[in-house]
Amino acid sequence: MTANVLEEAPATVEHLPPPPKPRSDPWYVRYALIGLTLLIVGGLVVVPLASVFVQAFSKGVGAYWDNLFNNADTRHAVFLTLIVAPVAVALNTVFGVAAAYTIARFRFPGRTILTTLIDLPFSVSPVVAGLVFVLLFGLQTPIGAWLKDHGYQIIFAPPGLVLATAFVTFPFVARELIPVLEANGADEEMAARSLGATGWQMFWRVTVPNIKWGLLYGIILCNARAMGEFGAIYVVSGRIGGQTDTMPLRVEKLFQEYNQPAAFALASVLTMLALVTLVIKVVVERKMRAQMTRPNAAAEEPTK
Amino acid sequence: MVRKVLTAGLIVYVLGAFVWVVLAGFARNEQLLNVACDPTRELWHDINIAFAKDYEKEHGVKLGIRQSHGGSGSQARAVIDGLPGDVVTLALWTDTDAIRKAGLIEPNWEDKLPNRSLPYISTIVFVVRKGNPKNLHDWPDLGRPDVSVITPNPKTSGNGKWSFLAMWGAITTRGGTEADALEYVSQIYRRVPVLDAAARGATMTFAQKKIGDVHLTWENEAQLEVQEANGELEIVYPKVSVLAEPHVAVVDKVVDRKGTRATAEAYMKFLYTEPAQEIIAHHYYRPTNPAVKARTADRFPAIELFPASKVGPTWDAIQKRFFAEGGVFDQIYATGKK
Repeated sequence: MTANVLEEAPATVEHLPPPPKPRSDPWYVRYALIGLTLLIVGGLVVVPLASVFVQAFSKGVGAYWDNLFNNADTRHAVFLTLIVAPVAVALNTVFGVAAAYTIARFRFPGRTILTTLIDLPFSVSPVVAGLVFVLLFGLQTPIGAWLKDHGYQIIFAPPGLVLATAFVTFPFVARELIPVLEANGADEEMAARSLGATGWQMFWRVTVPNIKWGLLYGIILCNARAMGEFGAIYVVSGRIGGQTDTMPLRVEKLFQEYNQPAAFALASVLTMLALVTLVIKVVVERKMRAQMTRPNAAAEEPTK
Repeated sequence: MVRKVLTAGLIVYVLGAFVWVVLAGFARNEQLLNVACDPTRELWHDINIAFAKDYEKEHGVKLGIRQSHGGSGSQARAVIDGLPGDVVTLALWTDTDAIRKAGLIEPNWEDKLPNRSLPYISTIVFVVRKGNPKNLHDWPDLGRPDVSVITPNPKTSGNGKWSFLAMWGAITTRGGTEADALEYVSQIYRRVPVLDAAARGATMTFAQKKIGDVHLTWENEAQLEVQEANGELEIVYPKVSVLAEPHVAVVDKVVDRKGTRATAEAYMKFLYTEPAQEIIAHHYYRPTNPAVKARTADRFPAIELFPASKVGPTWDAIQKRFFAEGGVFDQIYATGKK
């Protein structure tokens, strides 16, 4: 619900616009635009975010603390989000790096289709993403029935939550890395190979340092979306209180149970996680820009 | 050094989380799961506490009962798809019977618990804004062109289906023809501004987002909604309404697999005891135990309730005619969109 601020598509780094020349527009245009922007950002972002905190603390700090930590279901929701999101992000990091490397370095038939498929989760509605897994692993399917006979549950249980989250957030890492890998080119990697490095050595010592910040940026965006995911999770969770409710689901449930202070208390935690993510994102963006402008930055990194 | 420790910590954390997730897929059997329809959250919260206390006294075991809430139809669908509910407490006979059709509940489930598996009954009433500004007192008032009605989607929600049947029956049981009923219901759905998926969502739309003039909802939901609204909302009892029968059932396949049959059956039988019936009446569901019913009669205005059988011969016929793909509701909604 609240992590939505971070859901914009990842900015591709090489397209950063040149800084605009100051004073080339008349003053009234500048001030009108600045005013309009401030108004929109204030009205759409700052005021709603501030109201989350105002509502959360409306019954005092004691009640806020109580709402967050003295309710077993809420505690479990926080725990579950802190488990499900990192696992989904870790899976996507591995798959994302592999997919981006494949697409950026190799030319093979179906490469364009693969590139498009990676983007698919962005365009598919999260509800559909959830239903896909229900239709795949539900009791009415052979796979679901087989799993059930062997005492294993994927949907309506944490594994399903991870799968749905990973599906929805899949494009973030790969999308972020493809342009970085393409911009860097394969020259350094080929040099490493020609000097006798194994594939594994080349990957860890040349490729990874070169894409480090882009990778981190993708992971951060992926994580922000993973923690805030609602639609797909709603479908696959079965909404079992204290068992498959993640933080966004719990926020909705508390709100619907007329427990607004508790709903907003939990929402404020999600918001704070989003703000932390935002700060890290800004830092990483700076580093990334530095790396992009100095192609050999990896070799000069002093902090190793 | 610090960086190495941090990296190692992170890796251990993610690996640990991964292992936890994988292991979490193995079924856990110690708890009961009640898959319920949307507006019964507060009811089951209290019943579960009372039953767990009783159960601990009798068996010395602390029992955990989990709840899942959502639109009645979606909940039935989830159970069919493998949501391991030991018991289902849905809003409609058809939803429970859909689980029977999928082979998870044995036939004749209705006869397995007292009073046709009905621990309580309910009805559909109106909630209006303070002072009843649109002067809504009975069903015909809802057909006026300046009135917009909030009620959830009959395709997914039990509340939505009962509202539909109440509107339809309010015409046909009082001398109107089927054509009149169709015209009346079409007029109303054409003006429904938001069609939520489940009862509680519709309540939020009406009470919190302040959309619409009248909210058609369960009697219990209406009472809770009015209590929470600090005098901003009022209940209106129409002269007649539908007799809503939310059946309960044990999901045979699930309890046999988990080995929780005895507990689940005790849980359902507990609903018919006087203490449970008192809780039920306290939450404004109409109790079926005669003693409790007599004691709490002042909580429930005696309006005339017509059963669903007045609208259609069987539940299958009602479902097929009104709510199935291409049925009356689909036709109304399709023309309403044009």
